Amino acid sequence: MPPAAPSAWSASPFGALFSAYELTGPYDEMFEQSGRPRAHCRALFDDLQAASQNELTVRQTEADRAFLTQGITFTVYGDDQGTERIFPFDLVPRIITAGEWRSLERGLTQRLTAINLFLKDVYHDGRIFSEGIVPRELVYSCRHFRREMRGVQVHRDIYVSVAGTDLVRLEDGRFVVLEDNLRVPSGVSYMLANREVTKHILPGLFDRYRVSPIAHYGRALLATLRALAPPHAADPTFVVLTPGVGNSAYFEHAFLAREMGVALVEGRDLLVHDNFVYMRTTGGLRRVDVIYRRVDDDFLDPLAFRADSHLGVAGLLNAYRAGNVSLANAIGTGLADDKALYAYIPAIIRFYLGEEPILDNVDTYLLANPSDRRYVLEHLDALVVKAVGESGGYGMLIGPHSTARERDEFRAKIAADPRNFIAQPTLSLSQAPCFVDQRIEPRHVDLRPYVLFGESVTIVPGGLTRVALKKGSLVVNSSQGGGSKDTWVLED
Amino acid sequence: MLLSRVADALYWMSRYLERAEHTARLISVRLDLGLDRRPNSDEWDFADLYAALKTPYPADAPQHPAALVDRWMFDALNRDSILACLIGARENARQVREEISADMWEQVNALFLRLKGMDRSAGRHHVPRLVIEGVHLFEGITDATMAHGEGWQYLQVGRFLERAAATAALLDLYFRDVLLPSNHVEWVGLLRSCSALEAYCRCYTADLRPERIAEFLLLNPEFPRSVRFAADRVDSALRAIAQFTGRRFAGRAERLAGRLHASLDYSQVDEILEEDPHAYLEGIRRSCSQIHTAAYQTYIMYPIETALPA
Repeated sequence: MPPAAPSAWSASPFGALFSAYELTGPYDEMFEQSGRPRAHCRALFDDLQAASQNELTVRQTEADRAFLTQGITFTVYGDDQGTERIFPFDLVPRIITAGEWRSLERGLTQRLTAINLFLKDVYHDGRIFSEGIVPRELVYSCRHFRREMRGVQVHRDIYVSVAGTDLVRLEDGRFVVLEDNLRVPSGVSYMLANREVTKHILPGLFDRYRVSPIAHYGRALLATLRALAPPHAADPTFVVLTPGVGNSAYFEHAFLAREMGVALVEGRDLLVHDNFVYMRTTGGLRRVDVIYRRVDDDFLDPLAFRADSHLGVAGLLNAYRAGNVSLANAIGTGLADDKALYAYIPAIIRFYLGEEPILDNVDTYLLANPSDRRYVLEHLDALVVKAVGESGGYGMLIGPHSTARERDEFRAKIAADPRNFIAQPTLSLSQAPCFVDQRIEPRHVDLRPYVLFGESVTIVPGGLTRVALKKGSLVVNSSQGGGSKDTWVLED
Repeated sequence: MLLSRVADALYWMSRYLERAEHTARLISVRLDLGLDRRPNSDEWDFADLYAALKTPYPADAPQHPAALVDRWMFDALNRDSILACLIGARENARQVREEISADMWEQVNALFLRLKGMDRSAGRHHVPRLVIEGVHLFEGITDATMAHGEGWQYLQVGRFLERAAATAALLDLYFRDVLLPSNHVEWVGLLRSCSALEAYCRCYTADLRPERIAEFLLLNPEFPRSVRFAADRVDSALRAIAQFTGRRFAGRAERLAGRLHASLDYSQVDEILEEDPHAYLEGIRRSCSQIHTAAYQTYIMYPIETALPA
């Protein structure tokens, strides 16, 4: 059903492009419930409505070509050479108002500040355990807890310097945090590339909005890394450490290195001597002071972690513990984005900052907790159950779509290892207009802003809006038919 | 400051592109002039072309231009084909995307995508042309958008080392026999294979004489595809690199390059042709490969023990 058009502001009908647009249920990023475009989406709506199908198709083709020639692609694993795909791009931008953004910014700053205090505490005094706020065994049993980090002095106590927090918008228009990505969050290059391409294909529209710029992300990242430099380095050398050209996010690693003007290195370019890290250059060995690493903890140092890793540098952990090199992010930050720990983040914020959380969590039931468990087992058909160690949609029970047998299986699994599971209500992600199959249709979206934590907190106004391009789907991951679109944060 | 791995990738990216261009030009010229056509027959014999490309002549060699173009343009499994060279160049470019300009990457990528996605049945004469133009465009973009710093110098070493060796190989094919080809078209082919016909005519008039052609392609100091010109560029690029990396003494690579350059500066074409042109040209190719090895040992594959801080 097309949105009903009040005669006061627009000609009816909406045109063929919107013929399949439905406004049922979730929050819509462009339209009010009545079908009227939200005030800040008006110019965009007018532009879309005035455009012909053909015109949009031409713009879409142009955008796709731009991504392909710029090589903004991800590698499809296990395939022949030359099989790089572009991350599907939708040309209709998603617009966030200045007011909405300010509260996101405050909320994210608060959350990351508390998380860094928490990580410091966990790896040193453990006050939060002795005060009984977070159970010790919950943290020590996290897969990403790193014993090796106990007592290690992290420069300026900044554990997480780059975070990519996943937010979703609920029916009432509230943004809530779905997941904190505190290890090596990716996707920021798509945020920047989407903007470049959008500027190119929608120049007229761009002029009509005052969109906050995001192009300074590279400089902001460099400033963040500079804050981490060990005191002995007067003129520090920065590098981006990548697993290599075969990694699916290689484009992003190269992109960020170029944006910052620093070397992109692989593990084989580095070596550790006397607890200092060096890289192999044409002019001999050169000391490295700050590593923005895009390699997971497990693979960083074959002497400390996985011995079969060729991606890391032997001896890196010791150089790090000696304070001779800084890593962004620190080792062991992953414990704070464990799905079970996530439920404690509001309490963590209250404990360290004495403030109420600005951004809410999604309600989360911990199955290790007997009263939660009782409730969840009674309502399995209405909830989503997730295994805490898994990601990418694996090990999940989606209650409303499950069979009685699947629910029984999960009951057994939960009984066997309750610590390994959490449950959340089935969420209704907000929807945004997308150009799919030659017309504009609503699709579910999320939002991942990138938070930089250095001398101060910087959040470049924008983020990656991921889109579930399959109709009705709630899964925005690129491996499962997800795409992305440009995200505009308006200036006041 | 440049990573050794990056220097390596820049060098090979540049070499592969030069090779792709050279191969494209050879094929284009030989097909254009019908140099390999058998007299009084529809058949073609590409043995000379294979020799010019320094590739063994296979038992199942192509017999027709269409088959030749397929094998040398589009067959990624033939590791000397143009597509294979472009894949090599692009893979190396991908390794150093942060080091080269975005425009350079886009050009290398676009050229690869165009060749890969090309309709192979639609004519063949424009394909080599497209590659040659694409590489020229890349070189122009490189000179205009990349800082002429250390990384750029590795591009020069790669390009001109490849060029010196390839031109020497081509000359060898024409001058190794005592009986020089008498066919005028063959000499035009040689000059055009080096984009040198017009430049030669301006220098010596359209009177094509083998010893003048040899002199032009070997010893001309101004023509960019002559061996001497290429040796000059390799020499100066290596000296610049030595300076960038703060080396005080002329290393093996610079000495070898300087020697090659100097020997070309002071050579006489009549002596070369009288004595043993084949040995002389082989010597040039050997020098090129020694320079490559020496540069590798100095800048890229050096043993770590020698480089550790005391």
